[in-house]
Amino acid sequence: MKVLVAVKRVVDYNVKVRVKADGTGVETANVKMSMNPFDEIGVEEAVRLKEAGKATEVIAVSLGPTQCQETIRTALAMGADRGIHVQTDVELQPLAVAKLLKAVVDKEQPQICILGKQAIDDDANQTGQMLAALAGWPQATFASKLVINDDGSANVTREVDGGLETVTVKMPFVLTTDLRLNEPRYASLPNIMKAKKKPIDTLTPEQLGVDAAPRLKTLKVAEPAKRQAGIKVKSVAELVDKLRNEAKVI
Amino acid sequence: MPAYEAPLRDIRFVLNEVLRIDTFSNLPGFADATPDVVDAILEEAAKFCSGELQPLNQSGDEEGCHFDDGKVTTPKGFKEAYAKFAEAGWIGLPCDPAYGGQGLPKVINFAVEEMVCSANLSFGMYPGLSNGAYNALHLHGTEEQKKLYLPKLVSGQWSGTMCLTEPQCGTDLGLIKTRAEPQADGSYRITGTKIFISAGEHDLTENIVHLVLARLPDAPAGIRGISLFVCPKFLPDAAGKVGERNKLACGAIEKKMGIKASATCVMNFDGAQAWLVGQKHKGMSAMFTMMNFARLAVGIQGLGVAEAAYQGAVTYAKERLQMRSLGGVKAPDKPADPIIVHPDVRRMLLTQRSITEACRALAYWAGMELDIAAHHPEAERRQAADDLVALLTPIVKAYLTDHGSLAANLGVQVFGGHGFIRDWGMEQLIRDARITQIYEGTNGIQALDLVGRKLSVGTGRLLRRFFHPVTAYLETAAAKPALAEFALPTIKAMAKLQQATAWLAQAGLKDPEEAGAAAHDYLRLFALVALGYMWCRMAEVALSKQESEERAFYQAKLAGARFFMAKVIPETNLLFTTMTSGKNAMMAVPDDYF
Ligand SMILES: Cc1cc2nc3c(=O)[nH]c(=O)nc-3n(C[C@H](O)[C@H](O)[C@H](O)COP(=O)(O)OP(=O)(O)OC[C@H]3O[C@@H](n4cnc5c(N)ncnc54)[C@H](O)[C@@H]3O)c2cc1C
Ligand SMILES: Cc1cc2nc3c(=O)[nH]c(=O)nc-3n(C[C@H](O)[C@H](O)[C@H](O)COP(=O)(O)OP(=O)(O)OC[C@H]3O[C@@H](n4cnc5c(N)ncnc54)[C@H](O)[C@@H]3O)c2cc1C
Repeated sequence: MKVLVAVKRVVDYNVKVRVKADGTGVETANVKMSMNPFDEIGVEEAVRLKEAGKATEVIAVSLGPTQCQETIRTALAMGADRGIHVQTDVELQPLAVAKLLKAVVDKEQPQICILGKQAIDDDANQTGQMLAALAGWPQATFASKLVINDDGSANVTREVDGGLETVTVKMPFVLTTDLRLNEPRYASLPNIMKAKKKPIDTLTPEQLGVDAAPRLKTLKVAEPAKRQAGIKVKSVAELVDKLRNEAKVI
Repeated sequence: MPAYEAPLRDIRFVLNEVLRIDTFSNLPGFADATPDVVDAILEEAAKFCSGELQPLNQSGDEEGCHFDDGKVTTPKGFKEAYAKFAEAGWIGLPCDPAYGGQGLPKVINFAVEEMVCSANLSFGMYPGLSNGAYNALHLHGTEEQKKLYLPKLVSGQWSGTMCLTEPQCGTDLGLIKTRAEPQADGSYRITGTKIFISAGEHDLTENIVHLVLARLPDAPAGIRGISLFVCPKFLPDAAGKVGERNKLACGAIEKKMGIKASATCVMNFDGAQAWLVGQKHKGMSAMFTMMNFARLAVGIQGLGVAEAAYQGAVTYAKERLQMRSLGGVKAPDKPADPIIVHPDVRRMLLTQRSITEACRALAYWAGMELDIAAHHPEAERRQAADDLVALLTPIVKAYLTDHGSLAANLGVQVFGGHGFIRDWGMEQLIRDARITQIYEGTNGIQALDLVGRKLSVGTGRLLRRFFHPVTAYLETAAAKPALAEFALPTIKAMAKLQQATAWLAQAGLKDPEEAGAAAHDYLRLFALVALGYMWCRMAEVALSKQESEERAFYQAKLAGARFFMAKVIPETNLLFTTMTSGKNAMMAVPDDYF
């Protein structure tokens, strides 16, 4: 059984994100980039499936500029077997990513495709769902537990608003990871060294026959408004008055 | 505890841009260490240090090690962290692939060690001692010994120790009393007491490999009668399976000032079975060949603490609001300005940082020359590198550890009263750093090594390995207008160093006590010149990249270089004056003065 894991290169979660002066996006020049934390969880889950003898091959896929290969190497160092890099410098939006992944899925025929439930840069939470729809596969999103059954199905526990929900899905399916699914490992030094020798195939959207052009236009990116300093009120009556007449919340 | 974020950009700057390790890809180990792989290694090591080791630093200090009837338990979390560290293969980074290591350059290991020491100095002792034992056996062990011990040390399944010190001797190992009796089967029985043995007993590994200095029955008196032995806690069979307990035990652990999570043990050998490593009576020279590594590694400990202290201090200085800037209010919306606006606070931060950055470059340079000495195809180049490392080792050991203590002290000072309070974790850095100036040969002994031994080798051959290329570099640099600003003060300091060397050669030859009295000042003078040279090289790179996207980073390097040239390197004048004032201020003092 092949498992495909999507890994996105994003601004590192420790970085304090700054908006570009011209309001077209966030500053990414000279900013530390790393693998989307939800995708790390995805790689970890796939590697565990392989270690448990459930998966035979783990393929890490990343889409975007050349530097995405570093992100793929990170996945290879964690234990993925090979990488696929779909190289493009255009801004990739969830629908384009889903279409590109669908093309890769058609080529590779995995039984499970694992994505993060969202990427920490744009927080879209759409790609996994779109991919499932395009592929006509079942989806199990926000997973906090994955159990592979002998009959080619899987039980997935999902984190939903009301608590936990367990669903059974038939392979092939799309899984999106939530934070509690696992705790990703540190890559070992020997695996970091081995990762260099593992193959990464490079493809382009054209080769995959996908038009990756953006459909949405970003009008403006702005910092959240600064919080106003608080004030002290002298009495409950004054507080109620302010809530009613100034804040207009009661 | 201040958060620690590995200074990866600074480390890469030294490795890739200043030392240009990529130009050595013809050496074994370096070929695998392409910049992208080095980046991946450093990033993962950094993640491990910040994520696993640093969180145990303060708790390990608070809890310390426990001793109960010969058993030592490390603080909570250490066992798990060690297991992960070993599992991830970090111990084997510079080790021979024949024994399961990765065979990567030592200079890369220096960078990883720096991070480990910044994050948790106590933790670093355990793999550090294993590395010492590995080196001793790798260099001097028989094939059989290597096959038995090295794979286990490399994987971290077993750990190592260095058993030198005894109650009556630390510096003067000629006084060692521990005895080794030859046995019919070719092994030996060791009897005696060793003290201050780091990692002598603990709960991290299934076996502990002690390397012990002891005296054979027919040994000549003094330092020429010492032999080196390997003495495992549990006797392994030929396949490496641990068996019977050897006749040795931990008698106590010390209560101490710092590195409290590192067990410092009294070790009693009571007829413990052991095997000779290297030749009879040649134990000291065997020890010394690996001591260079160990001394450089202790220098790296000082560097690690200095970096941690700076990071804590600079974060605090940006947040702490006290008093208004003398140059006019800087934060009108706040009740006071952040203390980073004050000249005295900047003095402290820049003293920490400008010296730390140059120390990093110096230590890594020595690390790279170690690799060259081991692997270069040309014998002449190997010899030159070996000479340079021999010369730089006492300087790196002593100056970097002195700086670690200084930087830790400044860190506390920047924190004001809060620096003195345990919760902030800054005073721990002072306590942890303090030992690095003492073990592996006190810094006083390092200075003696420099003036007594290193200067005289081959009538100044080691010195020329430094003076000639550095002088040539500085002269060329001084002719470049933008670089002259940094090269000229360094040339001045270099002139003082040369004068000091000439003075020392004369005065010291006539009267060895003059050399002993001058040693401390001379070592510091030498170190400052070496750091000045490193700053020139760093400034040269920074100047060439002023148009890059990372301009701010390179500007910061120039700022560090300027501070060093204005405020640090002039100390060479003072050192020259005090040094050449001679021994009398100390030695003419009558004994009953004290
Ligand atoms: C926490 C800790 C861990 C240690 N770990 C180990 C270990 O793992 N293995 C091990 O074998 N040892 C270890 N040691 C011992 C350490 O190496 C010694 O303490 C050190 O070598 C100094 O020896 P000493 O304490 O006997 O001091 P002494 O030798 O008594 O020195 C006292 C002072 O006299 C000075 N001095 C001595 N001789 C001269 C001289 N000729 N000229 C000028 N000054 C001189 C010294 O510089 C020092 O300032 C450890 C010690 C500590 C505290
Ligand atoms: C053990 C202990 C006992 C104490 N006992 C008492 C006591 O009995 N009574 C009492 O009232 N207090 C006491 N204190 C408090 C002590 O006096 C303060 O800690 C001290 O005055 C420093 O103030 P701070 O800690 O707020 O440091 P800060 O004022 O925040 O100073 C931090 C750093 O900034 C520097 N700095 C600040 N302003 C400037 C400036 N304008 N220019 C240059 N540098 C500047 C300082 O020199 C220092 O290095 C005690 C503190 C301790 C730790």
